[in-house]
Amino acid sequence: MFKKKSVVPNKALFVSFLALFLLVVPALSSAKAYSGGGEEKGATDFILHHVVDDHVWHFFDGEYGTLYLPIILYSEDRGVEVFSSHHFYDEHHEKVAYNGYELGEDGHIAALDAGRHAMDFSITKNTAMLILTMIVLSFIALRAASHYKKNPKSAPKGVASFLEPIIIYVRDEIAKPNIGKKYEKFMPYLLTLFFFIWLGNLLGLIPGASNLTGNIAVTFVLAVFTFIATNVNGNKEYWKHVFATPGVPKPLLLIMVPVEFIGLFTKPFSLMVRLFVAITAGHIVILSLIGLVFIFQSHAVGVASTIMVIFINMIELLVATIQAYVFTLFSAMYIGAAVADHDHH
Amino acid sequence: MIAADLLSPGLGLIVYQAIGFLVLLFILGKFAWKPILGALKEREDSIESALLSAEQAKNEMQALQADNEKLLAEARVERDSILKEAIATATSIKESAKEETSKITARMIEDAKAAIEIEKKAALTDVKNQVAVLSLEITEKLLRKQLADQKAQKELIDGFVKDLNLN
Repeated sequence: MFKKKSVVPNKALFVSFLALFLLVVPALSSAKAYSGGGEEKGATDFILHHVVDDHVWHFFDGEYGTLYLPIILYSEDRGVEVFSSHHFYDEHHEKVAYNGYELGEDGHIAALDAGRHAMDFSITKNTAMLILTMIVLSFIALRAASHYKKNPKSAPKGVASFLEPIIIYVRDEIAKPNIGKKYEKFMPYLLTLFFFIWLGNLLGLIPGASNLTGNIAVTFVLAVFTFIATNVNGNKEYWKHVFATPGVPKPLLLIMVPVEFIGLFTKPFSLMVRLFVAITAGHIVILSLIGLVFIFQSHAVGVASTIMVIFINMIELLVATIQAYVFTLFSAMYIGAAVADHDHH
Repeated sequence: MIAADLLSPGLGLIVYQAIGFLVLLFILGKFAWKPILGALKEREDSIESALLSAEQAKNEMQALQADNEKLLAEARVERDSILKEAIATATSIKESAKEETSKITARMIEDAKAAIEIEKKAALTDVKNQVAVLSLEITEKLLRKQLADQKAQKELIDGFVKDLNLN
């Protein structure tokens, strides 16, 4: 019996070491690429490079370490153009112009001809990550759903037993208390929102993965959806509260109405910024700690940094969940304020 | 430069994210969340109704038990009253029987007394009659003996005639 017990911790230990190894090594290898000249400049570039979107997906150095993603451009004179981003790099991985376009320092594609303009619909690193997140989430959720379809009244099993407490939590702790009676209508939105952000945050923590939920375009779109869900469903009392706040003297309305009106936009704006900042900041902290190793070039700093990186990663796991919860919670609160029956006024 | 890079959203990503999220919302909403939430609700409802019916059954059981006890108590009371009545009836029957018996006895005694009286009277009459017959016979025998000679007859007639004369 004693022997049997000791097998499990060994396995767990092995897995955690493996995870640690996978966590640190790719980050170190890519950091090396930037540590050639001007170390501090290299470090900031390396950090930024890992946080922002890109047209290539860099896993590790070498010939096969980079995935060149497709470029899709639309311009009025040339229509839709599709080609591989490989064309922007020569054999030494230096940037070159191609087909009248060049890849800027900031990763945006610009036409060489100053008079031309092309819209960039490329499958970027984050777009690829988005598709991956969608596939993984759909797979998990549909697997869970199939359990309920097959045996609706039995206790959950497998994936379903993993999802069920979270779904019940979102329903009972987020939707019901904040939205009230009409919560059922918004459950699919809130669940999709929660799981998308949560899974996006978690997948973003995998070394080599892309910082999807820490991208402002992604958080912008999610915030816009909450904005639409809130204001499309806003009832009479909600709008009355904005444009003719009850119980406020007429002269004060001159101030209150603009404030309330701006409030309509600041609410989703805060959602957008909060998620973007929380996730991006976490990534920057981890990458900075790794970057320290290459600036100081010392074993002691290496050991200390590694310990700190592991620690921050643990915190990031927590932050990933908290941010998903907060975004969903605030969305539910905004929607709740829009659909609530204000009988207490 | 850092801020510019971080804060400039890519047009492509905005479009793909919007489309992607809507697709995800549609697929998951229709094929995942709806059946899951439906099943959860159904299960919760069935558990709740099961609990409710269990509670109801318990209450019914208790009511039944109370009913039974009431019935039992009623039965006991009824039994007692029946017993009491039976005892009373028995007593009264015994009582009336006793009375009847004594009445019959009294009447029988009365009858017997009357019969005895009648018999006595009859016997006395008989005795009287026999005494009369016997006295007649004796008188006859005596007369016959006394009036056997003439002298005696003459004396008697004289006696009668003397009585007649005197009067």
